Amino acid sequence: MSTIAIIDYGVGNLFSLASSLKAVGAKAIVTGDPDEIKKSDKLILPGVGAFEDAAKKLKTTGLDEIIKEEAASGKPLMGICLGMQLLFERSYEFGVFEGLGLIEGSIVPIADHAPAELKIPHIGWNKLELKKQDCPIFKYLSGGEFVYFVHSFFGTDCEADTAATTEYGCVLTAAVAKKNVYGCQFHPEKSGEVGLKILKAFSEI
Amino acid sequence: MITKRIIPCLDVKNGRVVKGTNFMGLNDVNDPVSLAEYYSSAGADELVFYDITASSEGRKLFCDVLEQVASKIFIPLTVGGGINSVDDFARVLGCGADKVSVNSGALANPRIINEAARLYGSQCVVLSVDAKRVDGKFKVFAKGGRVDTGLDMLEWVKQGVDSGAGEIVLNSIDTDGVKQGFDLEMLEAVTNIVSVPVIASGGAGKIEDFITLFNANPKVDAGLAASIFHFGEVKINDLKRELVKNGINARI
Repeated sequence: MSTIAIIDYGVGNLFSLASSLKAVGAKAIVTGDPDEIKKSDKLILPGVGAFEDAAKKLKTTGLDEIIKEEAASGKPLMGICLGMQLLFERSYEFGVFEGLGLIEGSIVPIADHAPAELKIPHIGWNKLELKKQDCPIFKYLSGGEFVYFVHSFFGTDCEADTAATTEYGCVLTAAVAKKNVYGCQFHPEKSGEVGLKILKAFSEI
Repeated sequence: MITKRIIPCLDVKNGRVVKGTNFMGLNDVNDPVSLAEYYSSAGADELVFYDITASSEGRKLFCDVLEQVASKIFIPLTVGGGINSVDDFARVLGCGADKVSVNSGALANPRIINEAARLYGSQCVVLSVDAKRVDGKFKVFAKGGRVDTGLDMLEWVKQGVDSGAGEIVLNSIDTDGVKQGFDLEMLEAVTNIVSVPVIASGGAGKIEDFITLFNANPKVDAGLAASIFHFGEVKINDLKRELVKNGINARI
């Protein structure tokens, strides 16, 4: 069975992610060790909190280069929430910060796009509209499913790689896919049965 | 568009779920893990666990229960009760909680809100407020609704949000346990002054109470209840179907 490495770089709670992968029968390890990461068959880049802090942690641990190398080698990589945002070229979250550059585009505040009366963060269950029906992580989805979001920033200028969107007074990027690199703005590990289907599909790539 | 959330609340004591009426008179209802599984499959959008034990053995047992739930239930979990420091945040987040709800702990030490928000993000910090009318004003009550703090509820809520609370649970002691509907007047006062999600608590007795809540105040994001779900008076899947039938956006 292939092994999924959940990359641990000191950001966020990985308990649910590891449990949910176990629930779909995947073999997952939580690790920040470069050798373990290289040895594994797939990678998940999680993350909550601020972009700047997370990007710094990836850099100081040297994991940024390892992730880029592994992605370039064709290894399936999925970013979740802030982990997805880190895949982008840059973020405008309280400054301008460089990301991994695996997905073209920028991370910008929802508040600059959505009507003022909408609450920020965008917290709760919202509907997926699939833009890439044949995206491997959506193998068990048909579109219109609800998933759980918690975020104040989102990816833009990434039309070519947008795999799914959701609507929150404006169209928000919900998922991206570019060759072997995937990203979910929502939390599949908190999205009930639908989320488990996405994780199962990723584990089967 | 984002859906209105339905949130069952489970009070946990010594590893078991209990529920009081007007916070008093507890009676054992069910096993937390099986109840959580049942709610999740019925369509609950989130679960809230309140730790109502005071002893350290009880705390340990609560964390065990939480870990068991978090390894089986993959929807957001909020934990409250006994949160008096940032260390308490770390403790329950480590057992699988996604959000942490503070109430009396924040009243005793308001800085905890800001400290936790800086460490874990506002999305993680829920300010839970028990409020009651006293001489025509909404006042904050502490210690499970037993002690009048004298604080003005609206000022406290505003201060909490300014300090970094990412969500407000407003529990009206006046309507709690009465089952005649949510406290619309109190909720309106809160949704008028904050821009973070507001969760209504206290007073739900039937499906119509939730429909009335979301129709009367579209700024309310979620409805929370305990006993009506535990005792099967309202089934969550029936409730959500009725919400959708009534034009309210809900996840089915």
